[in-house]
Amino acid sequence: MDIIISNSVDEPIYEQIVKQIKNLIINGELEEGDALPSIRNLAKELQISVITTKRAYEELERDGFINKVAGKGTFVAPQNQALLKERRLKVVEEKLAEAVNAARIINLSLGELQEMLKILYEEV
Amino acid sequence: MSAILEVDNLRKEYRDFNLNVSFSLERGYLMGFIGPNGAGKSTTIKLIMNLLKKDSGAIKVFGLDNVKNEIEIKQRIGFVYDQNYYYDELTVEEMKGIISRFYADWDDELYRSYLKIFDLDPRKKIKELSKGMQMKFSLIMALSHHAELIIMDEPTSGLDPIVRRELLQILSEILQNENKGILLSTHITSDLDKIADYITFINQGRIVETTTRDFLLENYGVVRGKKELLMQTDKGLLIGVKENEFGFEALVKDKARAREIFGDKIIIDKPTLEDIMYYQIDGKVV
Repeated sequence: MDIIISNSVDEPIYEQIVKQIKNLIINGELEEGDALPSIRNLAKELQISVITTKRAYEELERDGFINKVAGKGTFVAPQNQALLKERRLKVVEEKLAEAVNAARIINLSLGELQEMLKILYEEV
Repeated sequence: MSAILEVDNLRKEYRDFNLNVSFSLERGYLMGFIGPNGAGKSTTIKLIMNLLKKDSGAIKVFGLDNVKNEIEIKQRIGFVYDQNYYYDELTVEEMKGIISRFYADWDDELYRSYLKIFDLDPRKKIKELSKGMQMKFSLIMALSHHAELIIMDEPTSGLDPIVRRELLQILSEILQNENKGILLSTHITSDLDKIADYITFINQGRIVETTTRDFLLENYGVVRGKKELLMQTDKGLLIGVKENEFGFEALVKDKARAREIFGDKIIIDKPTLEDIMYYQIDGKVV
């Protein structure tokens, strides 16, 4: 499990952690029941504040991605498969929207964009 | 959640200096105590350690009054001074022999493991140790009796960046135990930009801010823009305004508000703790 933190971007560190752990769960790298490092261990390894990692875990718990088990640790929560699929779809949607924006900037037509997508889809 | 250290309305006056501070630290966290030289950091720490007599107010360590319970409290505190107060002519081992006798919970095995971690030769005389090594020795003395609260007065001043990083590693190692607490005073705030949980900023004997590191670094911002913008701002928004020939720069406590007012006519940068200190110390507020 890799978590890479940047100090120079504007995004708060706790959000970077939340986003990366969510992605690890959504793309299946972390599965239901997998143990996560303790907040103190994560803070030590990343050399960041304990409060920062604590906030990240609290948010992940609130959003139903992880569960704290008293005395045992923190684990990836069972994921609702339909919900997970919806989240994955949302990721695709976001990336496509990004591509559409980039296409508009250079006045690419819908047809040209579709053609490009078609080629890419068959290639990759 | 129990406070490991509570400083409540603590006052001390001498000559032209007047200290009045309140703050508290919970178990399990590191608080950076920052401010310029002469702000009152060392005075506050000396009052906590009962090396100075307070005029009024209360200091509680582990929930106990720091004067009435001084002996018990000091058994459970690890204190690192800003300077070498050991006997120069003694070896590390001899000095340890003297200090360890004061502590009921002294752990010689732990002491020896720290010697190894820090690569400190116990046969060396104190005066033969480099500044970094002396700090490490102080730290070993503070850590080898299972102290719950570690108080460090400017431990990083005079140390090179490599030793400073090592120290930060050790501090996060200590905080793997959620019952411990660390108060670290420094004017080298870059050490704290990442790992501090709480920041207490003191200036001229008064607390300017005592809050989480995250709150400070996520809400404050350094703004830069054209000087004409100075006319159209909320009163009190811009702190420590510095004007130069080509524009102004200032600190804001609420960067979202600054964005609302100025839109994209200004640049807002993420602050460092040093920025937060610098602009608030002598700057004018517009």
